[in-house]
Amino acid sequence: MKNTQAKRKATYTIGNRLEKESDRAVQASPDRANSLTSGHRACQGCGEALGARMVVDAAMRATKGQLIVVNATGCLEVFSTPYPETAWKTAWLHSLFGNAPAVATGVVAAMEVKGHNNVRVLAHGGDGSTTDIGFGCLSGMFDRNDDVLYVCYDNQAYMNTGVQRSSATPPAARTATTPIAGSEPGNVFGTGKNIPLIAMAHQIPYVATATVADARDLEAKVIKAMSMRGARYLHVLVPCPLGWGSLPRETIHLARLAVQCGLYPLFEAEHGEVTSSTTIRQPVPVEEYLKLQRRFAHLFKGGKPVDDRVARTQAIADANIRRFNLLREEESHS
Amino acid sequence: MLKQIEGSRAVAESVALCRPEVICAYPITPQTHIVEGLGELVKSGHIKDCKYINVESEFAALSVAIGSSAAGARAYTATSSQGLLFMAEAVFNASGLGLPIVMTLGNRAIGAPLNIWNDHSDAMSLRDAGWIQIFAENNQEACDLHIQAFRIAEALSCPVMVCVDGFILTHAVEQVDVPTQEQVDSYLPAFVPVQLLDPAKPVSIGVVVGPDAFTEARYLEHKKQLRAYDVITKASADFKATFGRDSGGLVRSYHTEDADTVIVAMGSVIGTLKDMIDDKRKQGQKIGLVSICMFRPFPNKEVQAALKSAKHVIVLEKSITAGQGGVLAAHVRASGLDVSIPLTTVIAGLGGRPIPKKSLSEFVERLGTPTTSELHFLDLKQKFVESELKKIEEERCAMPKKAVAARGK
Repeated sequence: MKNTQAKRKATYTIGNRLEKESDRAVQASPDRANSLTSGHRACQGCGEALGARMVVDAAMRATKGQLIVVNATGCLEVFSTPYPETAWKTAWLHSLFGNAPAVATGVVAAMEVKGHNNVRVLAHGGDGSTTDIGFGCLSGMFDRNDDVLYVCYDNQAYMNTGVQRSSATPPAARTATTPIAGSEPGNVFGTGKNIPLIAMAHQIPYVATATVADARDLEAKVIKAMSMRGARYLHVLVPCPLGWGSLPRETIHLARLAVQCGLYPLFEAEHGEVTSSTTIRQPVPVEEYLKLQRRFAHLFKGGKPVDDRVARTQAIADANIRRFNLLREEESHS
Repeated sequence: MLKQIEGSRAVAESVALCRPEVICAYPITPQTHIVEGLGELVKSGHIKDCKYINVESEFAALSVAIGSSAAGARAYTATSSQGLLFMAEAVFNASGLGLPIVMTLGNRAIGAPLNIWNDHSDAMSLRDAGWIQIFAENNQEACDLHIQAFRIAEALSCPVMVCVDGFILTHAVEQVDVPTQEQVDSYLPAFVPVQLLDPAKPVSIGVVVGPDAFTEARYLEHKKQLRAYDVITKASADFKATFGRDSGGLVRSYHTEDADTVIVAMGSVIGTLKDMIDDKRKQGQKIGLVSICMFRPFPNKEVQAALKSAKHVIVLEKSITAGQGGVLAAHVRASGLDVSIPLTTVIAGLGGRPIPKKSLSEFVERLGTPTTSELHFLDLKQKFVESELKKIEEERCAMPKKAVAARGK
């Protein structure tokens, strides 16, 4: 398995001058598309707004601006397009909460039949629309191998409606519908679905995970995805200060900790096979990640775990680390 | 060209002549033969420059059509019954976005109880979805209305639902004059969208509209529906000029000029009603018929004009809104019918029950000239429902005792 981390010689900083110009982030370029421009109504520290900007700008660069974006209902759609304003500088279509993948299929079909084969289609939405209500349409789009890059911005709950549980909500997390009450406070263990793995089971050309903490990794995956045809899936972890009970300034830090503790493995897969993963450079215990979020505050008292649920969360992280071999020695590279 | 052909095949061939660019297919009885036919026509190359997409649900079928229509393609799909309800959210969305999608609805009942046969419950359940709804009387009209539907939809930027009675029309083999490509091309211009997803001229389609502008959005949608009267009338007139036959339009009257009793109905039952009216006329009865072709927008003026001599109106309809009565009847009353004129609602043909001429004739005879407006069910099995009602009543009386006994355990 390839190690995407091993190639890195510089830090995570977006405009890092130690990188060659061609290796710098799209966001570091004054020529970036600014697809999701300023003035929109996202919360301070919104991971999704950041993720969407990086993803769509990277896709715009990869397609030389020949891009149509389809948006599911959710925070991203609501904060970006309050009539008569729009923050989108790309061709953009929103239909419903659960149909973005199918709508994207329709746009692709129109482009193909009109002979506009250079125009590419990106669909995106939150975890609620992706893993729950729109999952049927997503699976259908994968099944047909339609030429769509679908991007899920995963903030692990229905944030737009006031933080309710989705099938992407992690165990123990407090949401409005998994309150801190009863014998197992917060979201119960043993539930939820892993959409990247389910996407891989469709044998689609490309599946990858990324976070907003590493702009170049995220952008590189978008650009790689846009170099391919067929159904592609990108799952992006985007911390949500509102729903996670975290400080706006911690958004990037939390996304990085999620990777470093092993709860959120970064990998790529092609046609159902994992082709690369990012090794953990500075391993941290899950506690460090959990403690910065009020949704997990009930797991601790006086800084100590109240029961075995922190250990059970650590076990999930350890399983990820084993599964993707995330603590392997970094290969030597040229 | 005259063909002895199944209704579904006629619809498929008619849609094919309209040069659709994206067709979304999901099977549901009794609509299935239409998308099967189109699948064959696309794959064999008879329809050129067209994508045929097998989707995973009706919700996806209409969603794919939404995406392709917004991106400038002429989009078509077909469904029935549960399928229409499964895509309900997208049905409203397509009209809200002003997308000229054409969809065939092979009319069928809605469960439970599960029933795959014809009535109009599906179309009536989504009558408020902002679509133009037109009803075909026979397979020739089913064929013709699709050609008109694309023109109407694209002229208005509004989706059109062509309602074709399931089985009675979709599965009936009869003679249909399927037009030539040249005829259809001369009638139906290429689709020029008013709003388009184009990277060169980026627009945001489908934005959030708050209380400050939502009323205006709905007002404009209503105005668009009102514009449909003229557009549909013209589409029908031009159709006659090109193809030489009457098809579509708003309403059609049959012997209404001097009629005391006028029946109002829509869809395939019109043929049976005309036969019955011919019989009654021979016996000297002043009876007429109004056939509603366009249900949405509802042709208020035209219906009232056709009913001007009526002393008694009978609305025959294939759906019921439980707790209220007839949907079509309510529309006829609301169209401006004087309250002094009794309106009889007769619910008939639910879940595929045949509507024989004999039953209709006997019903009209028994009814005579009523002085009040009442709700009737044609050929209702009176004994059966009475015994069921008795059982329900007995059970209700026994309930408190049973409940007490159960709690005692």
